[in-house]
Amino acid sequence: MIAIGIDMGSVGTKTVFFDGKVVDSHLEPTGWNPAEAGRKSVEYLLDKNNITKSQIGPIVATGYGRKSLAIAEKSVTEITCHARGAYFLDNQIRTILDIGGQDSKVIRLDQSGNVVDFMMNDKCAAGTGRFLQVMANLLEYSIEELGAIPIEGEIQSISSMCTVFAESEVVSHLAKGVRKEAVALGLLDSVAVRASSMLARIGIAPGLAFTGGVSRCSSLVSMIHAHTGQNVKTYPQSQFAGALGAALISHDMI
Amino acid sequence: MSKIDQIMAEVEAHLKDGVLQVKEWKEEGKPVVGTYCTFAPWELITAAGAIPATLCARGEEPIAAAEEHLPRNLCPLIKSSYGYALTDKCPYFHFCDMVIVESTCDGKKKMYELLEKMKPVHLMMLPQTAQGEGARAIWRDELDRLRSRLEESFSVSITDQEISRRIELRNRERRALRSLWELSRMDPPAITGKEQYMISEYCEFHFHKEELVPWLEKVVSDIKVAYDQGERRVDGKAPRILITGCPLGGAQKVIHAVEDSGGVIVCYENCGGVKEQGFLVDEDRPPMEALTDKYLNIGCSVMTPNKSRMDNLRTLMEEYKVDGVVEVVLQACHTYAVETYEVRELVRSTGRPYLSIETDYSKSDVGQISTRISAFLEMI
Repeated sequence: MIAIGIDMGSVGTKTVFFDGKVVDSHLEPTGWNPAEAGRKSVEYLLDKNNITKSQIGPIVATGYGRKSLAIAEKSVTEITCHARGAYFLDNQIRTILDIGGQDSKVIRLDQSGNVVDFMMNDKCAAGTGRFLQVMANLLEYSIEELGAIPIEGEIQSISSMCTVFAESEVVSHLAKGVRKEAVALGLLDSVAVRASSMLARIGIAPGLAFTGGVSRCSSLVSMIHAHTGQNVKTYPQSQFAGALGAALISHDMI
Repeated sequence: MSKIDQIMAEVEAHLKDGVLQVKEWKEEGKPVVGTYCTFAPWELITAAGAIPATLCARGEEPIAAAEEHLPRNLCPLIKSSYGYALTDKCPYFHFCDMVIVESTCDGKKKMYELLEKMKPVHLMMLPQTAQGEGARAIWRDELDRLRSRLEESFSVSITDQEISRRIELRNRERRALRSLWELSRMDPPAITGKEQYMISEYCEFHFHKEELVPWLEKVVSDIKVAYDQGERRVDGKAPRILITGCPLGGAQKVIHAVEDSGGVIVCYENCGGVKEQGFLVDEDRPPMEALTDKYLNIGCSVMTPNKSRMDNLRTLMEEYKVDGVVEVVLQACHTYAVETYEVRELVRSTGRPYLSIETDYSKSDVGQISTRISAFLEMI
């Protein structure tokens, strides 16, 4: 039996097939119809791996679109799924920082990987992937290019955390002739400061993992390391941590 | 339909009866007094022959109108209260002859100054602490001052004997409400937290207490009988949640989020919940003295220090076998927001998980709240 976990994020829908190890995974843009993105992803992976529907176990959905997926047998929050997934990737993890497209969160785990506390950002795009995406577009960077900027450079600090206000602040710095690398570093730093203060509020237990789509931005990883004084672990599969967690829960149900 | 289903259907059908009761009362030429807060001494108002009616403060609709006078960055409860008064959308405000208010939080007391343009307002000067003889003496005087104001406004004389009679009646209602809350001490609870909340709402807006109290006593005993006969409405595995913090009237989305995600609310440590009924008025003491102590000791976050809230929370967590605590803070409510730190420390020191939710009266955060609460319940 193949266990299936789907993490329906605001930007990307992540799907993991699992049978004791990861069989395959797939990232699909969520678009306007999360349920459709979820259904398509399952079909795609079934087809690609020559798996028939009779071989699959219960589908577990997570992420903001989790309740819209009719083919899912169960929905579990992204907090629980990220914790399960990240702990599976590395059982030394005790603190998770997850920055996704629409929200950011920190999760504390105990030695067995159970969630002992968590915190989510307010109902606002501040400090999330969406914030960086808007700013990257404005500066004509890809997220990868943003991540490649060396953090030692000059920083133009940005004081607005609101996506809309920060956008006009960026425009006015650029108009004054501030270098765009400096503005970009200022934006990244504002996200790092916000994430670090959320981590400080919950208390960091050593073994800090950074997951979610934004963890691919390596300059941000370095900045969070600088602000927290902690080693920040990232994983190539970390964007799939939530889906993997959901797949693990599905696997438990088989 | 089970016995408890019948009771709930009856309650739901009569939830709005309070408006009619007040209207009829007014038509008989009798006075109505509007109140906002549990600090308003019910026994004195009723001893003056008036109905004390809780004024509307729970809806989002009138907030936009209120913001024409009040700042946006103010607690939604204050804006809603004022908006209802301003737009004349609250029947109780419409019918009331005067409003009794207290100097509780800063936002409320400044709003009450504006309210005075619409109705006669009597402000009770609530001390900022329940500790010490000085504070007690101030509150004791305030009760006298209210008594005189009511006598003057309604041309009546309030006797000690009548106050004592009212104390007995209200205590009997408090005991009945307490036994309603205590249905959740059972494991699993006899009824859901939503059902308890609805019954308590019904009681709050049923103004003929002589009729209400025997009805409530019977309802609680009928529920117990149904439970003993095996009727179960709550899953035995549902995490048992205590809700604390600001009044929940306008933030009932939190109640729904908890119970729709598989939890059960077993205790409300909020203004409308078990907090008010926790302490009775001492019937063996002179009535004005007993009332002074009862009302001064309400564990509200406007008090400094607010030791009685923490003591009460500690006891309630044990008595109601609580698995986790959810605190609800309305936006811009500074006193409750600051107290979250102490509540969190207290709850965690007992080994229980704690979640704080900051919200307003809008529907914009229903999704986020549901995710946080579901995750919290999955954690337990």
